[in-house]
Amino acid sequence: MHRTVVTLVALAAGLLIGSRPVAAHHGAAAFENDPAKRQVLKGTVTEWIWANPHTFLQFDVKRDDGQTVHWVVEASNPPDMQNRGWTNKSFKAGDEVTVTVRPVKSGAPVGSIIQVQFPDGHVLRAVNEPAPAQRQQ
Amino acid sequence: MKMRLMALLCAASVAGVIALLFATPRAAFGQGEVRQPGAVYDFDFKGEKPAPAPRRDISGVWEPAANASAGINANGAQQMPSDGKPEHELPFTPEGRAAFLSHKPTFGVTMVPSALTNDPMPGCDPQGFPRIVLHNFRTSRIIQTPENVVILYEFNKKWRTIWTDGRAIPKEVDEPRWWGYSVGRWVDDFTFAAESYGFDDRTWLDNAGRPHSDAMRVREEYKRTDRDHVVLTIVVDDPKFYTKPWTALILPLRLQSSHFDIREMECSPSETALYNKLFANPAAGVEAK
Repeated sequence: MHRTVVTLVALAAGLLIGSRPVAAHHGAAAFENDPAKRQVLKGTVTEWIWANPHTFLQFDVKRDDGQTVHWVVEASNPPDMQNRGWTNKSFKAGDEVTVTVRPVKSGAPVGSIIQVQFPDGHVLRAVNEPAPAQRQQ
Repeated sequence: MKMRLMALLCAASVAGVIALLFATPRAAFGQGEVRQPGAVYDFDFKGEKPAPAPRRDISGVWEPAANASAGINANGAQQMPSDGKPEHELPFTPEGRAAFLSHKPTFGVTMVPSALTNDPMPGCDPQGFPRIVLHNFRTSRIIQTPENVVILYEFNKKWRTIWTDGRAIPKEVDEPRWWGYSVGRWVDDFTFAAESYGFDDRTWLDNAGRPHSDAMRVREEYKRTDRDHVVLTIVVDDPKFYTKPWTALILPLRLQSSHFDIREMECSPSETALYNKLFANPAAGVEAK
């Protein structure tokens, strides 16, 4: 019972806080806001661009049919990302990553980063919301 | 005996070092948040009792008191966000409403995808005043001299001057400015008030595309409530675009270490072009320019 209450409170907090985008000033209109439409993509980093107005990560995803899809996903500006523990050396070409993405409505392989997980389990979070693991408690 | 004395001296030294560690400014201010190597931001916490406010002094490095993002208002002015709520409807004149509807912001009730915006700021045109504080108040340093108050803003690495040398604000301004022409004075020992006029009407008021005309006057107040806090208030008075003055911002700020190294945050046209090509245009489903 106690566990259920804690889960519900955590979920409610997650919805409240999670609905706030990163402190971006470059638009929310293009993105899917429904958390159910987020995608989890495994891929290989090609470039990490630490720049204004926003940082962005480029990576290749191999699909089941053998085709490679090149994704470009953004996070916030460098000072905001520093606040969240990211740096200009967070990624290098060749890194294997699992990226949780809020995709755009157009269907193009672009989106905004929710979090990035490395093979050793280390996670970099890009948004002000509780980590998924905490929500399951 | 000598060994015992040595041991006693060692213990005293260790205790001294520990005491020094806890006597750093961070401990004096309370809880801190490490955000980058060598930088600790101080935030408000329960039970603290700051020292009294110094007289006629708002100098120092300031940060929103609540948290790092408390000064970032993506959806428009903090007190009147563009969220469709009736209580946040601005008192537009017909001319003001037409100007608002001609703007295509990337946030607020009239938002469009970023590739379709006509917001001057993403292309690195100056955001001007008061947008710099209504949209994105980040760590800022206030410098006082006998002649003026100078404010250095982190966001897009901008600065502005408020004259305090006794001059009057001009009645007519021949050369409109992105940042306006600002004159300030001490209302009492703890309240500094400034008025700004002579704005270039190409700038937007906030991140949600609220407009202003060349007739706008901005009233700006810094109320020093104690040693660690000042409250910044912004009132917009623009009789061409709004039927009455309205309060846009009430933001408590907290004093930080004067040694704080404010981070670099620039609007770079070449970086913005790359961002648009690789990200913003595909996101909006438009061809890269």
